[in-house]
Amino acid sequence: MRHVNQPVRKKDAMALVTGKPVYTGDLRDPNALVVKVLHSPHANAMIENIDTSIAMKVPGIEAIFTYKDVPQKRFTMAGQTYPEPSPYDRLLLDRHVRFHGDAVAVVAGESEKAVDKALKLIKVAYQVLPAVLDFRTAKDNPVLVHPEDNWVANCPVGADNHRNLCAHDEMSHGDIEAVLADCDLVLERTYHTKANSQAMMETFRTYTYMDTYGRLNVLSSTQIVFHARRIIAHALDIPKSKVRVTKPRIGGGFGAKQSCVTEVFPALVTWKTGKPAYLVYSRQESQTSGSPRHEMEITVRIGAMKDGRIRGFDMYTLSNTGAYGEHGPTTVGLSGHKSIPLYNRNQEAYRFTYDVVYTNMQAAGAYRGYGATQGLFAVESIVNELAAELKMDPVQLRLMNLIAEGQVPPAYYYEPCNACALDRCLKETAQRMGWDEKYPCRDMGNGKVRSVGVALAMQGSSISNVDIGGATIKLNDDGFYALTIGAADMGTGCDTILAQMAAEVMECDVDNVVVYGADTDASPYDSGSYASSTTYLTGRAVEEACEKLRESIQKIGAALMKCDVKDTDFDGKTVRCVSDPQRSVSLVDVATASMVNNQFETQFTATTSSPVSPPPYMAGMVEVEIDKATGAIQVLNYEATVDCGTVINPNLARVQTEGGIAQGIGMALYEDITYTDKGAIREDSFMQYKIPTRQDVGRIHVEFESSYEPTGPFGAKSIGEIVINTPSPAIAHAVYNATGVWHRELPITPEKILLGEKYYETSSV
Amino acid sequence: MELKFELNGKKIATVVEADSLLLDVLRSLGCASVKRGCESSNCGLCTVFVDDKPVLSCSVLAARVAGRKVTTLEGLQEEAADFGAFIADQGAEQCGFCNPGLMMNAIAMFRENPHPSEEEILSYLSGNLCRCSGYEGQLRGIQSYLAFKDAQKKGEV
Repeated sequence: MRHVNQPVRKKDAMALVTGKPVYTGDLRDPNALVVKVLHSPHANAMIENIDTSIAMKVPGIEAIFTYKDVPQKRFTMAGQTYPEPSPYDRLLLDRHVRFHGDAVAVVAGESEKAVDKALKLIKVAYQVLPAVLDFRTAKDNPVLVHPEDNWVANCPVGADNHRNLCAHDEMSHGDIEAVLADCDLVLERTYHTKANSQAMMETFRTYTYMDTYGRLNVLSSTQIVFHARRIIAHALDIPKSKVRVTKPRIGGGFGAKQSCVTEVFPALVTWKTGKPAYLVYSRQESQTSGSPRHEMEITVRIGAMKDGRIRGFDMYTLSNTGAYGEHGPTTVGLSGHKSIPLYNRNQEAYRFTYDVVYTNMQAAGAYRGYGATQGLFAVESIVNELAAELKMDPVQLRLMNLIAEGQVPPAYYYEPCNACALDRCLKETAQRMGWDEKYPCRDMGNGKVRSVGVALAMQGSSISNVDIGGATIKLNDDGFYALTIGAADMGTGCDTILAQMAAEVMECDVDNVVVYGADTDASPYDSGSYASSTTYLTGRAVEEACEKLRESIQKIGAALMKCDVKDTDFDGKTVRCVSDPQRSVSLVDVATASMVNNQFETQFTATTSSPVSPPPYMAGMVEVEIDKATGAIQVLNYEATVDCGTVINPNLARVQTEGGIAQGIGMALYEDITYTDKGAIREDSFMQYKIPTRQDVGRIHVEFESSYEPTGPFGAKSIGEIVINTPSPAIAHAVYNATGVWHRELPITPEKILLGEKYYETSSV
Repeated sequence: MELKFELNGKKIATVVEADSLLLDVLRSLGCASVKRGCESSNCGLCTVFVDDKPVLSCSVLAARVAGRKVTTLEGLQEEAADFGAFIADQGAEQCGFCNPGLMMNAIAMFRENPHPSEEEILSYLSGNLCRCSGYEGQLRGIQSYLAFKDAQKKGEV
């Protein structure tokens, strides 16, 4: 292949490295109204009285909105296909504020100074209510997070607001109790993963203005332009035809921007005032009123035979969705469905049960890995614990039990495993790490121990039978192509990899394909950039649209040559008459002819959905060094091998993987969102919420072991999310191998490593 | 208050508040490369040069640059493109939001220490956070740029 599987430079790369003005904050009207949100200082409270009259007197204040000024129809901020599985539990502004940081009022003014002053002058009398701050006590708690009557669950997700339940379900295959009773060894363990912030470098931000046609235009840092259009229309209770959403370059998303965290606030201001408005969340607001990972507590039972055969899993996941249910009913499903199938080979039964509960904590959302990350911490950890119990090498134990091509795992929705190189990934990684020499640990003789740990991962590629990929390709003057997409490049490089695929089909240079997206008025419908869907699903749409355009180019060429279209071929530059090769027309001539008295289409749109969500697979191994005197831990090396099917762009896939591993290292070792007893978040800046620096991640080395996915474009699956899943269980394993203590709660801080079991005896976690 | 300083080689006279931050003043003067990633001097996105030394413009009062020379990436376009191409060849720019700060600090490092070791690179740039890349691609880009510069000096390329 000429363009697919090539390390093509990203189309926007040079603009980005030279600091060009390409982001929302660079493109907005500098005279737009400054919009800020007044956030609740209480975890659960009813607004008894709110007085904005003094604040309105601040010079330069344009408008202040409270719950009295917004539609009373509930909606969700979750960017999901309609009808959203996430309950309709929000109002744009609500009299009942449900977490420390919830929106109380929206202030718009001419300057930041004026708005800041007005925020301080809004007088609010709160009736402070008891709050649910421990998710283990949320279900059937007498304190209800959503007691209101107009709360609606649009999908049958097992939700019940009168029980603080955002979702509940149970599913199984086989008789798990009988299988476990028949096993030589059954382990039961409980694991606890915490809320984490995506901490993308560009915080949430949105610019809004009215256009020539009286429509609300929204330029936002979002992964989901089409869902955002619907959500904004719902929030303002206006026709969707009145809203257009576009996205410029995005400064990172990782799922954070799969919820409409900020869009609705400036949209309200512009819709009500007719004036351009701009809202940017500070880092503090992004930390405390954002859309972090769901905290989960996962109890797993695993049943195995003495020879290592794993015969069954029984999993219960308790997920904390916080004050609102964005992505609550869906993330939880991945904790079981994208972990248990890894060990399908000898699996006779599984059971997976879950509850998702409301609490008076920051509402959670989508974060790379989307529940699979949490589930894999539990499953990969218990498999490592099983290996220790069986006194087997954890790599060998895995090789005995791995999923393989041709299997139809019941725990993965009975979708067939078409492409899987997981065994090769694991063996390659072990060889590069020097597993056999380094496992389990080496005392360095200087008070430090070096140890290794292992974990596997899987994810999906799009949501089967739900997601839609869309692409439009158009022939232009001189034979260049315009590719229009509804997927959002958020730094991942999808504009480029989709152009590579177009260039492959059209047999042209990647530079001959210009890419535009995403714009709800101009782009073909695409569910958006999430669920690891863009390469797999939008990629297929690109392939199909381009195939159609090729046919049309041959038709135009045949008409020009006055020959039968079946008698032509096209090599990307020239349409030729096969039976008489002297007769040919260039693509340039075809393009020119297409603009003069032309009968043939020169623009094609393809739309794709998939009945399956082919999993990418991955093996990760870490080597750490632990200081026995202090508990300090340093990641030395990380070896990872990924099977994402055909690698479309090796550079971008590698950087995705390295970046995901670095985020995973942060999650494993220090990223945590904790609360005061009043429900305020402690880690509200980068001072407290530490993300890895370049001195903290060791040396990360990534390779690919390709399989070929027959349903994917050029054999590709996905890469975006899976890469964050291995560090937590691999590092927990390495810490055990150095210290003999299993850490089943994240993050694994030096304090916990130093105190070992004592930490868990003395602290309530 | 009136503020006069040199920005990217041009004399500037502007009016600022006594508490205006350099970051905000530079952005208002059209230097969009200067980004804000935090409020706590942790992320390095807002790095600019004052008198050729890298500073965090979020933590400098605009008034402090009176009579001094300020350089942003807008004033270093050639160097940015020259070095940035090596980052781009790794795909390590990713979302790009942290890139201007990284470019500025890396250029400062190249000027100060033209032959940094791997450890020196990691240490010098440790204040430049990036959430996308995992830093490895940036390191590869920096090292291949340095190797290219060396080869260029020796007349090999």
